[in-house]
Amino acid sequence: MDISIATPKGKVNKKRNGRYLRIATHIGALLPLAWLVWQFFQNDLGTDPVRAITLRTGKMTIILLMLSLAVTPLNKLLGWKQIIPLRKPLGLYAFLYVSLHLLTFIWLDYGLNWAFIVDGIFEQPYVLIGFAAYLLLIPLAVTSTKWAMRRLGKNWKRLHKLVYLIGALGVIHFFWLVKVYTRPIMYGSVMALLLLTRLGPVKRQLVRWRRSLQKLRK
Amino acid sequence: MLIKKQTGIEMPSSEITPKHIYLSRRKFITGAAAVAGSALLAACASPGAESPTAVPESKAVDAATAMPADNATAVPIATADELGDPLNTFEEIINYNNYYEFTTDKESVAKLAANYPTSPWQVEVSGFVNKPQVFDLDDLRAFEQEERIYRLRCVEAWSMVIPWMGFPLAKLLDAVEPTADAKFVRFETVLDKANMPGQKSPWFQWPYVEGLRLDEAMHDLTLMATGLYGEELLPQSGAPIRLVVPWKYGFKSIKSIVKIELTDTMPTSLWMASAPNEYGFYANVNPQVNHPRWSQATERRIGEFGRRETLMFNGYAEQVASLYDGMDLRVNF
Repeated sequence: MDISIATPKGKVNKKRNGRYLRIATHIGALLPLAWLVWQFFQNDLGTDPVRAITLRTGKMTIILLMLSLAVTPLNKLLGWKQIIPLRKPLGLYAFLYVSLHLLTFIWLDYGLNWAFIVDGIFEQPYVLIGFAAYLLLIPLAVTSTKWAMRRLGKNWKRLHKLVYLIGALGVIHFFWLVKVYTRPIMYGSVMALLLLTRLGPVKRQLVRWRRSLQKLRK
Repeated sequence: MLIKKQTGIEMPSSEITPKHIYLSRRKFITGAAAVAGSALLAACASPGAESPTAVPESKAVDAATAMPADNATAVPIATADELGDPLNTFEEIINYNNYYEFTTDKESVAKLAANYPTSPWQVEVSGFVNKPQVFDLDDLRAFEQEERIYRLRCVEAWSMVIPWMGFPLAKLLDAVEPTADAKFVRFETVLDKANMPGQKSPWFQWPYVEGLRLDEAMHDLTLMATGLYGEELLPQSGAPIRLVVPWKYGFKSIKSIVKIELTDTMPTSLWMASAPNEYGFYANVNPQVNHPRWSQATERRIGEFGRRETLMFNGYAEQVASLYDGMDLRVNF
């Protein structure tokens, strides 16, 4: 990705870079889905395609959530203002993938059998956690428009802080279902790091680091 | 390709039971006479026909070509289990394996295990027995091999129907004569860190250990499997010899066995040691007793969309429920 930092060339360059970044985000977020759909119809998802679809949509959700959570701290640390507009599409794509993840669960996996689905959600704590995270994500997706932002005013920011909880629940959901913890630990560490940057002292430290970085460059 | 017309199943490798023998043997194998009988009839009616369960075009060329070229695929006689559910394909069975000695990724085991050396091989049987013995491959092949179609229910809530080849563990135990002190059977998988990359994982205490109560081990359903789909086992399926206990979760069916010990105390399996609150000694398939983290009420048959209800003792309640009379299966999970 071309993330050239503001140069003397100024605004025009920045604007163009911003557009490229947005396009790259859309492509990057949609390609895995296109690939998944292609493989599904090519019958190329291995022995258990249902599991493959579940795992891959779940993984994309966590990755996109983490990327959207990385925007703010990266801006704080490196001053990359151009990436701020990416937070919204990244979040919305996370919602798209988690919706497909849930759809896979109730349709492909549980065959729309409601008795099985109820058992599947309420007898399996990891599913219940994931389901709760999904419910919490819905209001965030719904209020992602500029209009909702204006309407909600200060409350918008408050509401959208829910994403920290959602991120944590997402990782717990992952932890709780595996037999070997290597990968959940990887995702969990990154998520924990991202959430840590929300704490006041850490936030201030990031800004301090940016300033010393800027001095070093000069 | 692997497909061989059923008319002339020549099996150059004499380890495999000739067709006519296990054909006749199948009569008493599947127990539930009616359904099995009709399946047998149906299959016999068209011996030359391409059965729907014949090994399909190979996607996993790697695993398939790992087999000796002269090893023709025997098409199993029946096409379904005694409940009428079709067999999983050979491809599904050999490409979806839980074998943590190689990797925790079920779909990568076949590739990683492809060149695992399974010959020569020895199984040492010791402990409370009158005639401790070391069995090599020829000794194991000397036991009369039969085909058994069993459901395999993984603790992860997926399942398959698999046509195994092998012999009842009871026959092997009879040969070594357990003494009166023998109460349990402890099994051990080969420990071979050089060839089994997963055994370097610090998460588990290798080697893999499993155990059965002696009466479970002596039960006629308990199989020492040496093959599937009429083929010798491939490494990913636990070659050259593994246990199959169809009424228990798949992890009880320990693979690539090198040691069998008759003991007077309950063995601690690898999974019991690793997560005692999640994996018990018995591990009987039981839709009423959930895993602490997930439901065991339903399962997904590999190759299907949607789910099935999980059956008590994986559908073998009639044969094995009496082994657990008076036991609280929630406590003894």
